[in-house]
Amino acid sequence: MTDVVVTGLGATTPLGGDVASTWAAMLEGRSGVSALPEWAAQLPARIAAQLAVEPSEKIDRVKLRRLDRSEQIAIIAAHEAWADSGLAAVDDQVDKYRLGVCFGSGIGGALTLLAQDDILEQSGPRRVSPHTVPMLMPNGPAAWVGLELGAKAGVHAPTSACATGNEAIAWGLDMIRSGRADIVVAGGCEAVIHALPLAGFASMRALSTRNDEPERASRPWDKNRDGFVMGEGAGAIVLERADHAAARGAKVYARVAGAGMTSDGFDIVQPDPEGGIRAMQFALKDAGLTGKDIVHVNAHATSTPVGDMGEVRGIKTAIGDHVLLTSTKSMTGHLLGGAGAVESIAAILAVKNNIVPPTINLEEPDEELTLEVAAGKARELTVTAALNNSFGFGGHNASILYVKA
Amino acid sequence: MTREEIREGLAEILEEVAGVNPEEALEEKSFTDDLDVDSLSMVEVVVAAEERFEVKIPDDEVQNLKTVGDAVSFIETARA
Repeated sequence: MTDVVVTGLGATTPLGGDVASTWAAMLEGRSGVSALPEWAAQLPARIAAQLAVEPSEKIDRVKLRRLDRSEQIAIIAAHEAWADSGLAAVDDQVDKYRLGVCFGSGIGGALTLLAQDDILEQSGPRRVSPHTVPMLMPNGPAAWVGLELGAKAGVHAPTSACATGNEAIAWGLDMIRSGRADIVVAGGCEAVIHALPLAGFASMRALSTRNDEPERASRPWDKNRDGFVMGEGAGAIVLERADHAAARGAKVYARVAGAGMTSDGFDIVQPDPEGGIRAMQFALKDAGLTGKDIVHVNAHATSTPVGDMGEVRGIKTAIGDHVLLTSTKSMTGHLLGGAGAVESIAAILAVKNNIVPPTINLEEPDEELTLEVAAGKARELTVTAALNNSFGFGGHNASILYVKA
Repeated sequence: MTREEIREGLAEILEEVAGVNPEEALEEKSFTDDLDVDSLSMVEVVVAAEERFEVKIPDDEVQNLKTVGDAVSFIETARA
């Protein structure tokens, strides 16, 4: 099978405007969660993990107004990853017919949809921006990443709620293995911090309402967890055929050893842990590894009462009792469509640097938590292989396995 | 309102909507060929111009507005 490696990373998250600052904040165990402004006063959940650096600091004014916030952060992350891979410096020599994009968002351009609906109601149809449709379409972030980089091998936009980022990476891996591309920029994004999605998730009783202590609200596996904290952010990963990367002397972070994708076929929002177990097993099988080989799992663990423990049971079944878990969502909040991509970056850097970022706020572990967690502070150990899990509403499960290159 | 005042107003709109340098927005300049204003941005320019100059610019008229000068003339006539 064709080997695929990671040669570039990019991100903009509640912890930092790029990968270096995000990773440094993760290792320090910083929370990116804060109180929302006055507009959120009537909401049950009035906290969120907002971007550390506004997109306007990196994109010029005219371009900014043609892009939904989700598209803005997608291209910021993609440009960073492209530069980091060394490909930006030789852009004119890259065969764009062999460059693909797999980039998703969970919800799409909801901020544009809602803002333009306000304009429609208040000022009439003629005032609705002609950029509305390209800004709200769910393939917008993928399309813009493709346009920015000139990708011609195919641009795809997987949409599977909170599994989106991982699913995009899995499809990117497939695209290279099947021979359609030499390089794929893969990832995910989300930017829907607005009263409507917050009210919708709150109506599902999915969000933490620890409004008085924003930084302590996202607490995966803790006995007192009461829901997830919505976050906004994007992650992008340059996937490259290993021999292609070697031929140009590229820096390699890790090898993407395998991916597993399954669906529950069970319920639109309630997870069936069996689906997640099969995703993890398929990732192992795809990589030709066994559970024993896995050192670390960056868990989906969103801080909801039910989901966190179902996943722990699933990891024990699929992988074993020996792995070191972490949930970086304790710091970033839940980046929805961006989660799989940003957490994959954390898993990749754990493999590269032999350090697992902490899970903060794990003060009173749930009794059922029988696996070791990097609680409180980062843990140094040799990470030969790390798995990243993402599960989404709709019963989507995607696990990606990264190993030392 | 003089032709020059209309042109200056259009130049401000073009800068806001499409990032056109106001010094470039001269009467002889073509929106698409010289100023790089794409079709969606042209729609925004038209709507903003209608509001600013208090005129109606029908959709089937927009295709005849090739240059900044064409737009200035249309607005000047419509306001008369």
